[in-house]
Amino acid sequence: MATSSERTPPPFPESEDMDLDTEMRDEESNENECVVASEDVIGAEANNAPDDIFSELPTDNVINPLTDSIIKLDMDAIDKQGEQPVDIEPKEEPNKAPDSILWTPQSTVSKPEDNVRTPLIVETDSPGKILDECELETDNSTTYDLSRETENPIGEPVSDSQNIPVVDVLLEQGSANSDCPGKILNECELETDNGPTNDLSQETETKPTGEPVSDSQDIPVVDVLLEQGSAESDCPGKILDECELETDNGPTNDLSQETETKPTGEPVIDGQDIPVVDVLREQGRAESDCPGKILDECELETDNGPTNDLFQETETNPTGEPVSDSQDIPVVDVLREQGSAESDCPGKILDECELETDIGPTNDLSQETETNPTSEPVSDSQDIPVVEVLLEQGSAVGENSAVCVKEPLSDIIEEPPCDNFSELLSEPASKQQRDLFGDSSDDLFSELLNGKDELQSSDSTDICREAKNTLITGPLSDDLDNPPSDVLSEDCVMKVTSPNSDSSSDSRTRDEEQDIFAEATVELSLDSPAIERKRAEPSRLLPSASSTSTSSSMSEQRQKILEEQVEEEDKFELNVSVTNPEKVGDGINAYLAYRVSTQTTLPMFKSKTFVVRRRFSDFLGLYEKLSEKLSQNGYIVPPPPEKSILGMTKLKVGKEDPSSAEFVEKRRAALERFLQRVLCHPSLLQDPDVREFLEKEELPRAVNTQAFSGAGFLKIINRATDAVTKMTIKMNESDIWFEEKLQEVEGEDQQLRKLHVLVDSLANHRKDLSAHTAMFAKSIGMLGSSEDNTALSRVLCQLAEVEDKIEQLHQEQAGNDFFIFAELLADYIRLLGAVRGCFDQRIKMWQRWQDAQNTLQKKREAEAKLLWANKPEKLQLAKDEITEWEARVTQYERDFERISVTVRKEVIWFEKEKAKDFKKQMLKYLQVLLHSQEQLTKYWESFLPEAKAIA
Amino acid sequence: MEESGLSVSADSIRVTEVTADGDALIFTITSQKLNSDVGICVCRTFEDFEWLQQGLFSQEDVSGLQGIIFPPLPGKPVSSSQSQAQAKALKQLGFLAMGEDWKSYCKALEIYLQQVASHSTLSKNKALDNLLTNSEPPGKQRVHKGIFSRLSHAMVELRKENHKDLDDFFQNERNNILNTTHFSKAATEKFLEVVLTEQRLAVACGHLSTSLHLCVHQDDPDAANFSKICMKLSEIIDTVKRNFEKVADNNLSTLGLGLDMECRGQEAKKDMLFRRTCKLVELETATKSAEKAKPNKKAVMEEVKKVIQKDFENLSSIAKEEIGRFNKSRVTLLRSSLVDWCEKQLHTARENQELLSRQLEACKTLQCD
Repeated sequence: MATSSERTPPPFPESEDMDLDTEMRDEESNENECVVASEDVIGAEANNAPDDIFSELPTDNVINPLTDSIIKLDMDAIDKQGEQPVDIEPKEEPNKAPDSILWTPQSTVSKPEDNVRTPLIVETDSPGKILDECELETDNSTTYDLSRETENPIGEPVSDSQNIPVVDVLLEQGSANSDCPGKILNECELETDNGPTNDLSQETETKPTGEPVSDSQDIPVVDVLLEQGSAESDCPGKILDECELETDNGPTNDLSQETETKPTGEPVIDGQDIPVVDVLREQGRAESDCPGKILDECELETDNGPTNDLFQETETNPTGEPVSDSQDIPVVDVLREQGSAESDCPGKILDECELETDIGPTNDLSQETETNPTSEPVSDSQDIPVVEVLLEQGSAVGENSAVCVKEPLSDIIEEPPCDNFSELLSEPASKQQRDLFGDSSDDLFSELLNGKDELQSSDSTDICREAKNTLITGPLSDDLDNPPSDVLSEDCVMKVTSPNSDSSSDSRTRDEEQDIFAEATVELSLDSPAIERKRAEPSRLLPSASSTSTSSSMSEQRQKILEEQVEEEDKFELNVSVTNPEKVGDGINAYLAYRVSTQTTLPMFKSKTFVVRRRFSDFLGLYEKLSEKLSQNGYIVPPPPEKSILGMTKLKVGKEDPSSAEFVEKRRAALERFLQRVLCHPSLLQDPDVREFLEKEELPRAVNTQAFSGAGFLKIINRATDAVTKMTIKMNESDIWFEEKLQEVEGEDQQLRKLHVLVDSLANHRKDLSAHTAMFAKSIGMLGSSEDNTALSRVLCQLAEVEDKIEQLHQEQAGNDFFIFAELLADYIRLLGAVRGCFDQRIKMWQRWQDAQNTLQKKREAEAKLLWANKPEKLQLAKDEITEWEARVTQYERDFERISVTVRKEVIWFEKEKAKDFKKQMLKYLQVLLHSQEQLTKYWESFLPEAKAIA
Repeated sequence: MEESGLSVSADSIRVTEVTADGDALIFTITSQKLNSDVGICVCRTFEDFEWLQQGLFSQEDVSGLQGIIFPPLPGKPVSSSQSQAQAKALKQLGFLAMGEDWKSYCKALEIYLQQVASHSTLSKNKALDNLLTNSEPPGKQRVHKGIFSRLSHAMVELRKENHKDLDDFFQNERNNILNTTHFSKAATEKFLEVVLTEQRLAVACGHLSTSLHLCVHQDDPDAANFSKICMKLSEIIDTVKRNFEKVADNNLSTLGLGLDMECRGQEAKKDMLFRRTCKLVELETATKSAEKAKPNKKAVMEEVKKVIQKDFENLSSIAKEEIGRFNKSRVTLLRSSLVDWCEKQLHTARENQELLSRQLEACKTLQCD
């Protein structure tokens, strides 16, 4: 994705400030706005996520089964949990969360729309939102984000990404730190009760100073930390929690996404780790207060699922324990640092290292990769610091560090679970973990893969969902009644958030879920090389040869596993075919029904194969539903074939002529391609309507599909095009990419139309050729029969046969020309219409934002006038209005940014798909051509001796 | 000397070149002197060929001339760059109007000259030798309407065509020739259609290939993959186009020409048979009038009848010979054109197959990053 990295910073430099302002204000005054804003964030993030995954997938046909399965699971969870009351307040009754979790799965599935809404609202909860924003930044991986980050008051050098600010925060805290251990302990207890993420959120709420917390939820993590650093430096643990929360959440999503985006991916991952290291280092120096307490936390954390463990370990850092947690690379550094500064308990360090390793490489990897925001250039810059750090520390690195590094790695390779567990046995909770880890998780996953144990899997996801709900906690639950604006983003949100909820759910479920997720992640990620490299890199940097060898051997292992998984992935199936068109009914009410049969290994479906009957209007209905939901958010929904009144009327009249048979076949093929395109699209595949279309026995009759019939449909497209061109003139295009792309798309449209005409004429010429060959064969046959010379007569008759066969070849080839190329081009002409629709939508969003800005400007002027006129009673009203409009502007701007991101990703995805599609068709065409040429050669070969045989 | 009217070897006659002089085409004819290596090169227009043909028709001193199946001279070439004229030429000449630089037409003329030169009776005509060897074009004097005009006049008497023959052999031949000319004409026409369609396809492929090439945006890295594919596709279509061109060319240069020759040969045979039928009718009329003639005229009528009968018998015997010769030569001609055709097509097909499979390999390894 070179383009994204090259993308110039957008023209809204004030946005950062505005964000902060509005959000803070939101917290105080306007909860609704806050909700909306967070939705935006989520939506944007959600939009990014799937695209990343899929756009980068190298293989054809591509939807990653596992991602999808996960996504689907999440959706299931949402479905089931939709009816649940969301506002369980863990703060007051921490233990309640698990209970609710336990009974959630039993609840029945409710209607999809409802379900969808709930989770979204859930997202509005503060911690979740923070995370989302973090992810948003990482997802976007744009320089814009980075620059935004760097605008922080701290004024750190821009080059490093978000992480630098964090470091600074910690530094500040370090000085002011170590106030109230007791409180921290309380919090720790809370944590033990609840799931970890819950704790985190609660901690923030229970904070004595309290005020910044709410703010922090809206503002990106960095900001939060800054706030806390200055105001309350009481609970470092908490801060750390949040830090981790940030990294911890979303990891899995991002993981899969990010890693896939960069199969090579080397530098990026490294960069990510650096910040953590820094953080830890800082903490190590500043706060080495209460080891005991920290130990408690450690134990608690070990209870939790793997991923959480990692992150909570980072929490324990403050005690001065060598934290070694989470990501591998940082571990090394950290250990070195700490080794020099505080060499308390090397043994413990080792334990933790192992613990970390135990959690399984997958998690670690995933987290590392996840945080990594960026496209390559950025990551490079991050890469450098790592090296430096290592160099600096190189002198200070004692034996400890070497040992530490060595140990975890070897553990990972050789005996991951057992060792760790043995270590953990001293802690009661660890037993539980082991059990869970050993039994349920593995089983669950295998079952999941088989798609058999749907109930269980959905249970676990339900639990996650539930956990997330609990995460919401009191304060923001008010906002729940705010209906989500766009369903589409919700879907994505579900997917994205699931990992968050995983980590936040109670330890048991988390174990299960985490495992599922971890495995899934591995399966999903094509990032094996990246991971390996990442792993290998630290070892390379280190002087110790042994670690190098271990890591390399590990990477080999990993490579193998991943290769296998990639193979599996290739086998993944979601095949849909539209067959057996059948005329149903008579007269004017007659219609064609098609057999839509699906074969899939995706667990999101109830069974592996299923068949439904659908009529044309059902397809149109599906399209309408999808486009209603997704088009306005900038998604490219593949358009269905157009209605053909002529063809259908002919059919209805009941004329059985070749043209109507051709029509039916043409439509059947077009519908099949439409459906395949829909399923090919990662975002569309998750849509409940799609699943319903494929699975449900009876669909409600689609109505109002008339608008899409033939000319009408074209008219719509044309109108949209006109609107686009008109608006383009008005729009001062902020992003040159879109301008160029739109032009490109339009140029391409022209080209494809031209090509279509040419291919069409080619196919027609071939038909002519076929017809003429047939006639020639006939007359040659007659000539042969009237020939006196018997030898000549026989040869001529044979020639007639050969020509007949050649005629068949020509006819087939004409069909191939048509179905392989002409229809492909026709499809893409329609798809380009949809693409232009996306651009149109984006401009609409821009327009709305601009309008809002104008309104805001007017309101401000009005306020100034009022101020001038000294009318305090109206002034308040005006101020309120300004606040409201400021919020709106922010929201619309985000909408616009979100749709820009979506459109960009969609277009890039579309182009990838297009290239793939054309390549596939080209191969197919070539094979067909070759085959017919082979046949022809055979015919000639057999005829030549006959011709020579004439005396 | 009378016997060897031709001083060049029939097999060496070639029509090598054609040059356009205004609307007229000038053909370059090369041949070799008998029993020597000396080559002769002359330039002739179509009118010269026509002059030769009429000279052949109008030989007065050859008995049974009408029983000879005259090698068919191709129609008058219409040389014009105007598409309208080309369409007209195509309609009149069929395959002979196709191909680059009148290649087919030259070939047809060549075959005509060879046929005349190798014909035992016709080769004796001085006009042929004159045409082939005299550096000056034959005199501008045209043989106006000799036997040819009579023939064309006879053509009007179509009703004679169905006249019952005395001889079963000729009756049979006459019956056959009607079918054969019809079918061979039809086959030639259809084949012409096929070739024309192939040429149109080649053109269509060319357009498509060019348009695909235009889809390439080399400066746009985003579209690099798509551009690659378009390039590849353009190449493939170009391959298809070349294949069509070759196939069409093969078709018209071998079987197309063969069918055209067959067609005109059949026409010539039909003409000969018709001339014989006319003679037959003449004979029968003479016989009848001799029978009905009053005694004073009877002797004269009998005399006339006898002359005609002799003519007719002579004509019939020569016609029988000619038919045998003609059938042999046309089968040879057709066979060679069929074999040529098949070999060429096979070669082209194999070549194309090879090209396509190479393309396929290239496509499979085409990297889309």
